[in-house]
Amino acid sequence: MSQSYDRGLIEDFGRWQEFSAGMWAWIFHKFTGWVLIGYLFTHVAVLSTATVDGATYTQTLQGLESLLIVRFLEVGLLAVAAFHILNGIRLLFVDLGVGLEAQDKAFYAALIGTAAIAVASIPTFLLGAF
Amino acid sequence: MSTQVQERETDTEAEETSDQQQRRRSETGERDDMRERAETDLSEADETVRIKVFRYDPEVEGKKDPRFDTFEVPFRKGMTVLDSLIYARDHFDSSLTFRHSCRQAICGSDALFVNGRQRLGCKTQMVDLEWPVRIEPLPHAEVVKDLVVDMEHFYDQMEAVEPYFQTNDLPDGELEEQRQTRENREKVKMSTRCIWCSACMSSCNIAAGDNEYLGPAAINKAYRFAMDKREGADIKEHRLNIIEQEHGVWRCQTQFSCTEVCPKDIPLTEHIQELKREAVKSNLKFW
Ligand code: SF4
Ligand code: FES
Repeated sequence: MSQSYDRGLIEDFGRWQEFSAGMWAWIFHKFTGWVLIGYLFTHVAVLSTATVDGATYTQTLQGLESLLIVRFLEVGLLAVAAFHILNGIRLLFVDLGVGLEAQDKAFYAALIGTAAIAVASIPTFLLGAF
Repeated sequence: MSTQVQERETDTEAEETSDQQQRRRSETGERDDMRERAETDLSEADETVRIKVFRYDPEVEGKKDPRFDTFEVPFRKGMTVLDSLIYARDHFDSSLTFRHSCRQAICGSDALFVNGRQRLGCKTQMVDLEWPVRIEPLPHAEVVKDLVVDMEHFYDQMEAVEPYFQTNDLPDGELEEQRQTRENREKVKMSTRCIWCSACMSSCNIAAGDNEYLGPAAINKAYRFAMDKREGADIKEHRLNIIEQEHGVWRCQTQFSCTEVCPKDIPLTEHIQELKREAVKSNLKFW
């Protein structure tokens, strides 16, 4: 053949509506993983600049906690971590070859678990924020 | 249907090779015939199904830009995606190109991308799909023409895992059978069912991004032989060496896409995971 047509990779994310449970699990796992790494670096950077003395530390934290957006981000962070942990457990079973037929259900369970944890944490994180 | 038409064409050719014009006339007549028949088919059919087919032909000016053609095909009970394509080709556009052979899900030539999912044309019932049905060539493979993709890369990956039985310990008698235990046969049973259709490879996101990745089908092939006890320890080690390379089993990120699309229901991810564990076991030493 003189020529062939390469439809490329662009279509991949255009097909998101057709993604299966396993694919979503993979995407969310990657995403939450990167968010956690990003958070880790920010966390280290912020706290290490704040630990000059006790007063600065308290001031920094109080300053952060007084921002409404930070309170919301904390809920988000917990959700991200919870999903990464729960799906991590799912992946552990996948690696061990246990219950592979139920991997999609395990993913949905991880999602539900994440939602439950996030909702349950709202009172703690948002108390007195308004 | 298709054989009929072709036979007639060859007949005409044999008789009238010298008279091109007449031949062309008779071909046009034949095409009119077909169209007429299609029209009666269509008016008689209780129901028609619309298929949108990906078209591309690099050799014809004006068809170089990929596009979708729509065909209205009379629906009948038991109609598969492949049937509808055959109908469209035989009645509407003889240049519509796609691979098929066995029509019973065993030759592996008609893996297509139907309504956003890799499926075998001959194994997919029209009634199970949402209409209109969109039919495209397999993603992540170069399109040669219409629904035909270049399978070379897939075959290369299959060859890479040495997809044939090898052994060092042959039985003594020349004609003696190489017996396999029942359990061992059960173990490899599902993996032997692969028909080399490439649906799994096409569905795999990782294979799409990493051209050297062996891909699910090849790893499954490796599994089929690595788990076959008759091959012996040496050869198993050799096989594990192939699959545990950088672009072997470790590329798999357990998206389960391959398992989901395999028309032969092979638990591909499960096999890949098992080989990962085998690879670890063969390398781990605690002393
Ligand atoms: S493993 Fe399944 S999807 Fe992949 S080539 Fe074989 S039959 Fe086709
Ligand atoms: S035509 Fe042979 S597998 Fe579909």
